[in-house]
Amino acid sequence: MTPTTVRRINWVGGVFTVLTVIIAVLWAFPIYWGIVSSLKPEDEVVRPYIELWPETLTFRHYWFALTQTQIGSWYINSVATSVGVTVLTVSTSLFAGYAISQLRFPGRTILWWLILASFMVPTQVLIINHFVLMANMSLLNSWAGIILPQLIHPVIIIVYKQFFDQVPKDFREAAAMDNASEWNVLFKIYIPMNWGVTTALSIVTFIWAWNAFLWPFLAVTRTEMMTITVGITQVYDAFGVYYAQQLAAAVLAGIPVALAYLLFQRKVTQAITLSAGIKG
Amino acid sequence: MLRNSKKEMLFAYVLIAPFVAIYGLIFVYPTIDMFILSFQDAPLIGAGEFTGLDNYERLPGDRRFGTAFWNTAYFVLLTVIPGTLVALGIALGVTRLSGRTQALVLALFFLPYILPVSVVCRLWDWTLNFQFGIAMHVLDLLGMDRIPIFKTTTWFMPAVAFVTIWWTCGFSVLLFLAGLRAIPQEIYEAASLDNTSTWRMFRYVTWPLLWPITALVLTIQLILQLKIFDQVYLFSQGGRPNDNLVMVYYIFQRAFVNNQGGRAAAIAVVLFIMVIIISVINFQLMRLSERRK
Repeated sequence: MTPTTVRRINWVGGVFTVLTVIIAVLWAFPIYWGIVSSLKPEDEVVRPYIELWPETLTFRHYWFALTQTQIGSWYINSVATSVGVTVLTVSTSLFAGYAISQLRFPGRTILWWLILASFMVPTQVLIINHFVLMANMSLLNSWAGIILPQLIHPVIIIVYKQFFDQVPKDFREAAAMDNASEWNVLFKIYIPMNWGVTTALSIVTFIWAWNAFLWPFLAVTRTEMMTITVGITQVYDAFGVYYAQQLAAAVLAGIPVALAYLLFQRKVTQAITLSAGIKG
Repeated sequence: MLRNSKKEMLFAYVLIAPFVAIYGLIFVYPTIDMFILSFQDAPLIGAGEFTGLDNYERLPGDRRFGTAFWNTAYFVLLTVIPGTLVALGIALGVTRLSGRTQALVLALFFLPYILPVSVVCRLWDWTLNFQFGIAMHVLDLLGMDRIPIFKTTTWFMPAVAFVTIWWTCGFSVLLFLAGLRAIPQEIYEAASLDNTSTWRMFRYVTWPLLWPITALVLTIQLILQLKIFDQVYLFSQGGRPNDNLVMVYYIFQRAFVNNQGGRAAAIAVVLFIMVIIISVINFQLMRLSERRK
């Protein structure tokens, strides 16, 4: 390789790198812009020129959203339903994934095929029947009603089964020889062995549940029972056409998941690649 | 060795019981119920009469169904391949960086994916606001006319597709990055000894090795975008929902606005079958391309 080609490649590479960074900054700009606008007084927000930083920094809109609107209850609803979805989905998937992977019982193959098949079915088409079912069970406008139809995540069972499949079979046999009970084998050996996967899957399930829109939007008609994701789009009179206030509410809705991601970046990445069937 | 198979079986049933119960209630039963409902002239809640294929026969002549069907197809066209290419471009850029810079740049690209759809729509509604949006200031600076983006039929779908790519791209970027990392570094080293140009390296090394991931991303995107509802609904508020209908939106409208559960279920069945057919074709194509190797 001649020195000129090296320099040419470095030059091209440098431009490419700088371009990537610039695009990344532009990419995230709407998020920055939303946050900055929410920190401006309303009259500054509608000025006919661009100000990248507030002239007068104010947290008034956040104070208003937290004290004058129902955001507090929406937060509680979001936390309760997202935690509910996460705990139920992850635990039932873990148990089922373990049983399918490690235990022999009649119906095992059928169950596995059913799970793989349901992977293809779009849950959005079931909204009508979910609504009727929840109405018949008198669960509309309740946490249980928001949680239940969100519990179909075949991906998580599939990931668990693959992980348990990697454990050598004699592992269980050896434990059985020591007369360990089935429960102990599962709770003392298999679950601790996969803590990493469990936390990763729990974090993304929580994020998915927090962000769920269609079903929580249908399941709730009373404003005080809404999740925050739905609430900020449905209640207009609380915010009027005050742009900064609306944006402050949006920022409040996004903060928990953004924090979850920033704190557990690697876990989120791992869970996402796993959910797509790639070993991360 | 002998295993206590009866005990094992019993334990297995205890473990799968909660899952099977939820699955039966929330998945199997509603799916069957959807098919039954689609043959009835029923309101959203309450009994209806059996009307055979009537709900289905109405669909070809239904203007709104046509709009929903073609808008969905249009949306898929606007998002699936462009979104995949954007994600590939970002991943190629990010993979060149290292250390903290890489983590930071990746976070900037990935952050939108983590946000709730309502936050995403609020942010873009504000950025593209006709009166005060920063994008309109930019149009002014360029001497172009402002566009009420979400109020015009021409701009609506492309704009929603753009926002969707911005929102969901991070997911595909992660998959591409995992794929790029799996390519052995020696191949590049060997190729660079042969003085291969950057483009040829991409064309003959990276692209073929990355193809399985590309196919996976395309499949996931295709199935995801067929089910679009949230963004279209949110951006249509105060706009023209009837021009912007997509399949899930139309199911929602028939069932929850027009109170026609039966007719809505027929549309749901059509979408259900569309997704299944596409999934099966995709699955077979991927298997074929794997076998060729």
